[in-house]
Parts: sequence; C-alpha cells; structure tokens
Amino acid sequence: MGVDRREFLKIAGYAALFGLGGKAAIDILAPGELEASMQGIPLTQGKRWSMVIDMRKCLKQQEAGKDGCKECMIACHREHNVPDWGNPKHAIKWIWQDKYEHVFPEHPNQFIDEGVRHKPFILLCNHCLNPPCVRVCPTQATFKRESDGIVAMDMHRCIGCRFCMAACPYGSRSFNWGDPRKAPKELNPDYPTNRAYPERSMGVVEKCNFCVELVAKGELPACVQACDKIKVHALNFGDLDAPESNVRKLLREHYTIRRKPALGTEPNLFYII
Amino acid sequence: MYDGGKIIIGLIIGIGLFLSPFFYNAGKAAKAPEPELTAMAKEAKVCVAQKSYMRESHFTMLDEWRNTSVRDGERYYTAWDGKKYYKSLQVTCMDCHSNKTKFCDQCHNYVDVDPYCWDCHIVPEEKK
Ligand code: SF4
Ligand code: SF4
Ligand code: SF4
Repeated sequence: MGVDRREFLKIAGYAALFGLGGKAAIDILAPGELEASMQGIPLTQGKRWSMVIDMRKCLKQQEAGKDGCKECMIACHREHNVPDWGNPKHAIKWIWQDKYEHVFPEHPNQFIDEGVRHKPFILLCNHCLNPPCVRVCPTQATFKRESDGIVAMDMHRCIGCRFCMAACPYGSRSFNWGDPRKAPKELNPDYPTNRAYPERSMGVVEKCNFCVELVAKGELPACVQACDKIKVHALNFGDLDAPESNVRKLLREHYTIRRKPALGTEPNLFYII
Repeated sequence: MYDGGKIIIGLIIGIGLFLSPFFYNAGKAAKAPEPELTAMAKEAKVCVAQKSYMRESHFTMLDEWRNTSVRDGERYYTAWDGKKYYKSLQVTCMDCHSNKTKFCDQCHNYVDVDPYCWDCHIVPEEKK
C-alpha cells in the first residue's frame, strides 16, 4: 500500500527496463503486503457450486397454500434489494417461476403428466459450466469465478449493452430500465430491504449471484435458507466436485433433468420431477 | 489610427469584465474543508491505513478493494497493523464515517468531483 498510480507506473517501468515481468513489479512495490491482502479468510471451499431443486417437494408446498409459496423469491429479493416495478416488462428477475412447458420446451407432449402440466417451476441462473453470457460480455463485467464456478457480475463494469441477455438461453438476466430507487414506493414500502447490500443504477444488467456474499461468510444462499426455514427443503445447494456432497448424493439417487442440455451450456441446476 | 481612444477604452472595459471574477473573489479563497470525524471514528483512532495515505489516496484503495473483492473473491484486507477488515465501502467505511455530508461530500464538493459510488451503495441515514 502507499503507492499511487504514478509510482506504480514508475516502478513497473523500471521493472520492464530491467526485463522483469509485471509480477516482479508487484514484488518490488509491496513485499509481503500484497500477499497479506490476497489471503482473505477462506470460509467455504466449494469448487463447483450447484443446486438440485426437488420440484416434488416444492409443488406440494405451493399447492398447500392458497396463493402458492413465494418464500424463496421474497427472501432473495429482500437480500439483494430487488424492487418490484409492478410491470412485467420491467421486472428484475433473480429467482422466478414459469410453467413447466416453457421451462422445458424440448419435452413437448400433447398428453402430458398432470403432475407437471402448467406447474410453476422455480428458475434462477444456472451458473453454467460453459456460460455464453460470459463469452459475449465485451467488458468482462460478467465472469465465471475460477475458484467455485459462480457466474458473477461486476456492476462497476457493466455498460448495459445487453449482449449477455441476448446470449443467455434461459432468460436469467434483467435490465434496469429505471433507477431501482425510483421503483414505486407503494409496492416497495421498506426498500432498500438490506442496507448491507448495494443497489444498482439504471442501465445495468443483473441476475442471481448464487449469493456469493453469503457463501463467502459460510452461509447458504438466501432462497435455500428460506425454503429450509419452512421445512420444505426443496432447494439443495452444494459442491458438485465433492463426490460425497449432498447434491451428488441426490443426483445419484434420483432421475434429474436440466434446462436445454442440447445447447451445451452445461447448467449447474438440476430438477427432480 | 481611427477611434484609437474608443478602442482602448473598449479593450480596458473588456479585459476588466473578463477579469472581474478574479477581482471579485480576490482575498477570499475558499478554505479547504476539514473532514469531520464521528465519535466512533475518533475512538477507533486508526483507519485501515495511515491518515496521510487515506487523505490522498483513499480512492485508490477503494478501487483496489472493489476489484479484489468482487473479481477475486478476496473479501478481507489486512492493514499495516495486522488488523483484518471486511472490504466494503458501505458496510465497513461508512460504519465509522456515518456522516457522509461532513466526511465525504464537503471535500468532494470543494475539489468538484462527483464519485458515482452512491448511485448504488446505500448512504447511512444521517441525523439532521
Ligand atoms: S443461465 Fe444464463 S446468465 Fe446464468 S450462467 Fe447460464 S447463460 Fe449465463
Ligand atoms: S450488459 Fe453488462 S454484463 Fe451484459 S454483456 Fe453488456 S457489459 Fe457485459
Ligand atoms: S442463490 Fe441467492 S441470488 Fe440466486 S436466487 Fe437464490 S437467493 Fe437469489
């Protein structure tokens, strides 16, 4: 620390003169200090975060209540200051619902099982292993974390070009047509709902972040916590890379499907139906 | 020279008008504002880095914090005295410096910069 841009450039310049790389410049400028800031505190060690959604449990809960169940969606939107615009065209979706037929269009069937016909499925970003949204982003505002596979957004960089929205085959991304702070007050009386999490500005794209901020603290994602709280346990978050993890166990024991597998994006979300 | 006198008078008036803001403000240069510390900040005595560094380069540090925490997932910062801090403008910095108007805005207005941090980061509620 204690180096400004100018100084850094000077040192980097000398390092280049003496034929050293960028890494060497960093070593000269802050011996020991950089390492200290790089350590962080590892709280969770997942290598490939994923989610297995047990739709049998979810649908049972949705049918039990008069208006269905909205716990996971409410929890996510509260945690991340996602406002309600009251207009589906401007809706910001981190986690949402859609009919089975829309979610799995490659399973057309005229005489479909009553158990899933028109049933609302839970949808969020698939945190694809091979994410097209990342490939098209011109600013690298959208990137895949190498450490745990979360497809994250750097809001500071997003220029709102919406290439990613065109590239994502799952509709997981939403554009802020307005400043979230100007969302209708009567629909969002206690907005911002989480003063420890930022809001967004007009003109950026956003989506589910797999709760990186909670996972970093060693907590489960907000939607999973909400579903566990009502004792339904339909959402299961875990590491696909660990053979004995909860998700791997579920995948071993159940038949699961993924959205649009033929596209090769390799979604990390699995549905038990 | 035709109308030399008039031209010279015109020039003097013109230059006078041009310089009038300088005469108007002469001798009353606005004093640089002193950032005010909250009771909590005073009690803490130390910030995440030396005062002189924070005064001159806090934005460099914030920039580094946002890049390393958002992009590399390194959410903790070890200060010069070995203390660890959660890298967050909204949660860590503004917890101590909860008086944004007197701590941030005064100087930013003085030097006429308009950082866009607050477009997204939530400002602490201040007592009027
Ligand atoms: S679901 Fe869409 S937004 Fe999420 S990683 Fe895949 S392509 Fe990207
Ligand atoms: S809208 Fe933002 S995140 Fe999406 S591609 Fe453009 S810059 Fe990247
Ligand atoms: S994982 Fe987190 S961000 Fe994603 S839908 Fe669930 S609560 Fe929302």
